[in-house]
Amino acid sequence: MAAASLSATEPLLKVRGIEKHFGAVQALYAVDLDLPAGQVTALCGDNGAGKSVLTKCVSGVYQPDHGEIFWEGHPVRIHSTRDASRLGIETVYQDLALCDNLDIVQNMFLGRERLRGGLLDEDDMERAAAKTLASLRVTTVRSIRQPVASLSGGQRQSVAVAKAVMWNSKLVIMDEPTAALGVNQTRQVLDLVRRLRDRGLGVMVISHNLNDIFEVADRIAVLYLGRMVVQDKATSFDRQSVVEYMTNGSLSRNVANAKN
Amino acid sequence: MATAPEEAPDLTATVGAAQAEVPPELIAQTFGEYARAYVVRIRNGQSGVLPVVVGLIAIMVVFEVISPNHVFLSAGNLVNLFQQSAVFMVLAMAEMFALLLGEIDLSVGFVGASGAVVAVQLVQPATTHWPWWAAILAALAFCAAVGALQGTIITRLGIPSFVVTLAGFLIFNGVMLILLLLGPFSGYPNLIGADSNLKVLFNLMAGTIDPTVSWIAMAVIVMGLGASIWFGDRRRRKSGLVAPPVTLTVIKIAMIAAAGIVVVAICDLNRANFGTLEGVPWVVPIVLGVLGAWTILLERTKYGRYVYAIGGNPEAARRAGIDVAMVRTIAFALCSMTAGIGMVLYASYIGGMSNNVQGGQLVLFAVAAAVIGGTSLFGGRGKAIHGVLGGLVIGGIYNGMYLQGLDVEKIFIVTGLVLLAAVTIDALSRRAASSGSAART
Repeated sequence: MAAASLSATEPLLKVRGIEKHFGAVQALYAVDLDLPAGQVTALCGDNGAGKSVLTKCVSGVYQPDHGEIFWEGHPVRIHSTRDASRLGIETVYQDLALCDNLDIVQNMFLGRERLRGGLLDEDDMERAAAKTLASLRVTTVRSIRQPVASLSGGQRQSVAVAKAVMWNSKLVIMDEPTAALGVNQTRQVLDLVRRLRDRGLGVMVISHNLNDIFEVADRIAVLYLGRMVVQDKATSFDRQSVVEYMTNGSLSRNVANAKN
Repeated sequence: MATAPEEAPDLTATVGAAQAEVPPELIAQTFGEYARAYVVRIRNGQSGVLPVVVGLIAIMVVFEVISPNHVFLSAGNLVNLFQQSAVFMVLAMAEMFALLLGEIDLSVGFVGASGAVVAVQLVQPATTHWPWWAAILAALAFCAAVGALQGTIITRLGIPSFVVTLAGFLIFNGVMLILLLLGPFSGYPNLIGADSNLKVLFNLMAGTIDPTVSWIAMAVIVMGLGASIWFGDRRRRKSGLVAPPVTLTVIKIAMIAAAGIVVVAICDLNRANFGTLEGVPWVVPIVLGVLGAWTILLERTKYGRYVYAIGGNPEAARRAGIDVAMVRTIAFALCSMTAGIGMVLYASYIGGMSNNVQGGQLVLFAVAAAVIGGTSLFGGRGKAIHGVLGGLVIGGIYNGMYLQGLDVEKIFIVTGLVLLAAVTIDALSRRAASSGSAART
């Protein structure tokens, strides 16, 4: 609805000139980033490039020192994760933040339980959770009432994502979603990422894994030592150029030549 | 949910491992499937209350066979056993709030005892002469305030609950002794006397409900519970939600009804050697009331859900926007308040309060009862009913060995061994569960 009112070129989230330093250490230098709706953007970079700092600025954990964030074309200040949730930005952290002793429904509604007559409305929550999981085609769980402890890594990731998209979120940020997963489960999660995109959500995936990046990303953005060195359509990169940007911050001559 | 064909391989890959840990009621459609799934689950150490129920039956059988004249299962002794166990049960339900958070409260015995002294002192006709209900409310408010204070120190200052409540244990041992010395009772205020307020407190434990009233009240409670289970399950089955098969619903209701009938029938037998002593003692509805209230609080409210969430993963709870410090502080307040209920029952059982209260031993029995009942010491797993079942086990051991004329040292040893067995089961089932999920990630 809101997306329709935007011009075709206006991204869902636009970051302009963000700087962040911790004491004497400058973590981000005038970083620009566009996250369009209905596209998967992969954020790449070596360790210490500033990926998590940038992510935390967007998800409300850190406040940037300089620069602006535009949400659907309007300048916004994101002071807390709650602010981010209100806008429709949800972050799935690497540790997933699930309670092993609670079941899938209980985890998906944690902190936002539905009540009827002062007591938990389990029936309503179970129906809503089942609907969300079905719409994301998360079908491998045996029962949505099983404790999260009994799920596989891919299933846990799926539940964490379902929990994030349940709240009408428009942008989902995923931190290394496939880092701990096997081949089958990685595919399961990447399918899920595509489904989010197909639903018109903006997705940002932070990843080291070039296979994953080239499999799902529509756009690739590379951070190098706190600077955004390149962001473009995924088709304009190949594996070697992404590695070059990540390790050198620029393309060496022969790679550029090879591309031409 | 339609199964996507391309995801089929992953389903088969995880199915074998997941089967063991998924509670059977979630996947079984018929009673037969349910029973088979339940057996699988027990084999994998996910047995719920089964070990403690089996343990209780074993205790009953053994002591019935060996007790002199087979008095263990006589009506008089069973009622006596419940009364002896009641304090353990309520203290275990108190400790549950700390254990669910992965914490411990060592002060429940003496904080509750201080509260009980407050109640016993306030109703004395010779001094303050408060009405019984006001005295009990004052006692519970006192305990809740102490718990809230300890909880605040634990959560806001980040000091381990073990240390804070150890300090509380010592402090309130002293406070209890000071409170006992108030008034003209030489440190032994009692509940013996003709005053109606004294009688109410004295009769919490020993006073009985008229047999006819007992039957009617039991019928009302069983029908209310049965109806809520029946209609709840039926509504869930109809709307296609996860629900147990009809047979299981019927069995559940039948077991509740049977338990109600057996309890009332036993209590309504004349259990006096001379004269008449019959009817359900007041302590039974009091313990059931605490059980019902805390079961609803823990399993049906937001607050209870947050307690489990914090016990399972405090960081996830914090990120979900839960006020973790507040939930934990309230849990310590509820823990101490429930301890107050338990120790008021203790005062009623003893017929007053004295400096003989074994506050340390009571705490250890409370923790033991909760763990024997099936509550985890590591947080996030446990139910109020575990406290009641575990309390019955400890009370049963005490009662049975006492009937044998065994000395207290042997009772300690046996109780300790039972506790060790219960904790071992808890640790082993946790290890089985974690190694199972590790193998699949």
